[in-house]
Amino acid sequence: MREVTTTQITNKIKELFLEANYHIGSDVLDALKNALEEEKSPVGKDVLNMIIKNNQLASSEELAICQDTGLAVLFVELGQEVRITGGNFTAAVNAGVENAYQNGFLRKSVVDDPVFDRKNTKNNTPAFIYTDIIPGDKIKILVMPKGFGSENMSSIAMLTAAHGAKGIVDFIVDTVRKAGPNPCPPTVLGVGIGGTADKAMVIAKKAIARPIGEHNLNPKYAQMEKEALEKINQLGIGPAGLGGTTTALAVNIDYLPTHIAGMPVAINVCCHATRHAFGEI
Amino acid sequence: MSEEIKVTTPLDDEIVKQLKAGDSVKISGYIYTGRDAAHKRIVELIKEKEDLPFPIKGQIIYYVGPAPAKPGYACGPAGPTTSYRMDPYTPFLLEKGLKGMIGKGLRSTEVIESMKKNKAIYFAAVGGAAALIAQSIKKSEVIAYPDLGTEAIHRYFVEDFPVIVCIDSYGNNLYESEPPKYRK
Repeated sequence: MREVTTTQITNKIKELFLEANYHIGSDVLDALKNALEEEKSPVGKDVLNMIIKNNQLASSEELAICQDTGLAVLFVELGQEVRITGGNFTAAVNAGVENAYQNGFLRKSVVDDPVFDRKNTKNNTPAFIYTDIIPGDKIKILVMPKGFGSENMSSIAMLTAAHGAKGIVDFIVDTVRKAGPNPCPPTVLGVGIGGTADKAMVIAKKAIARPIGEHNLNPKYAQMEKEALEKINQLGIGPAGLGGTTTALAVNIDYLPTHIAGMPVAINVCCHATRHAFGEI
Repeated sequence: MSEEIKVTTPLDDEIVKQLKAGDSVKISGYIYTGRDAAHKRIVELIKEKEDLPFPIKGQIIYYVGPAPAKPGYACGPAGPTTSYRMDPYTPFLLEKGLKGMIGKGLRSTEVIESMKKNKAIYFAAVGGAAALIAQSIKKSEVIAYPDLGTEAIHRYFVEDFPVIVCIDSYGNNLYESEPPKYRK
């Protein structure tokens, strides 16, 4: 067994949330620059220019890219040969989140009760943690500060086999059409197909973090990604929804086996500030 | 898109009538922040015929919940939040003389009809350009509801705050007119 202390976990989580909130990934920045070259709308070009400048400014001055620094979502792969010492794993993660958001000038956006009190927890916790147990003695961590302008445009459909690939592509395009300007286009779409209703959305969310330009290894799914992206960029919504040819930067599909009676399709929408960071302990 | 227009707050009907959807505008002067929780409280005050936390006539409300400011900065990153959540409250504020709103995303038919009736403008700021936009905010102070944290009402002094007229006081709407030009 390899020992990892809760202090190591807290420090790593803090570091990753700061990194994700200040520094946009080079894949996203490159995709935005490519979009700027391709964009047909003059207003669309202005918007993309502002977004690129904003990302560069945020990175150089270590400022939050977006004021909505999101809910703290984490995907943790915990090696089964790791022994965590010094306290409670979840508490250690939350301490890292609190530390990043309190000391890193990030907005605290969590309310304790979704319906009645809606009182801000003032430290951006609790974090939302998905944990998988994997072989090995490492802890792999993906953090994703998830803004809600885009999260609110997410959608799920319990389709059936008869809908096929076409039905799925139509559902993706329709979700983006209905969202219009709201999710801060150009967006990145995570799509989860199969599993259960809940599991489909979880893999959809994780798919958002796939580097832009990488595609599903199964060529049939990669083809669906390509088709959906082309159709989305023909909608005309454009950067900030003010018209243009760049409505999404990527469609990332992941899939799982599912039940003989079903074909769940979940779409998790992310804005152009596709923020995430990977780390390992 | 027409050339850039500079406006100073507060706005009056004369200025509002001249602004057309698609105009690129730089706003200077005082603007007020407000999002879901502050709107809810303001509308409760209006319904109870109480005084509002700031004189709303002619003013602009910016839908934003800023991030905290680092030392040396007047304001933390402060981009627009999605506007539709304010739709149920907005007509009450327009009736009281609110002349402008800055946000992002779609508005309801009720809001657009009320904007036409009361002569008001919906400006779009670029969502996610928060650090860049904050550079045009020169002063920030909380003037009401400090208990709401980021959702408190702030008064900003802005210089050349960059927006586009998204829906004008005649109901022309860029979200409807522009996408069809690029649709295939």
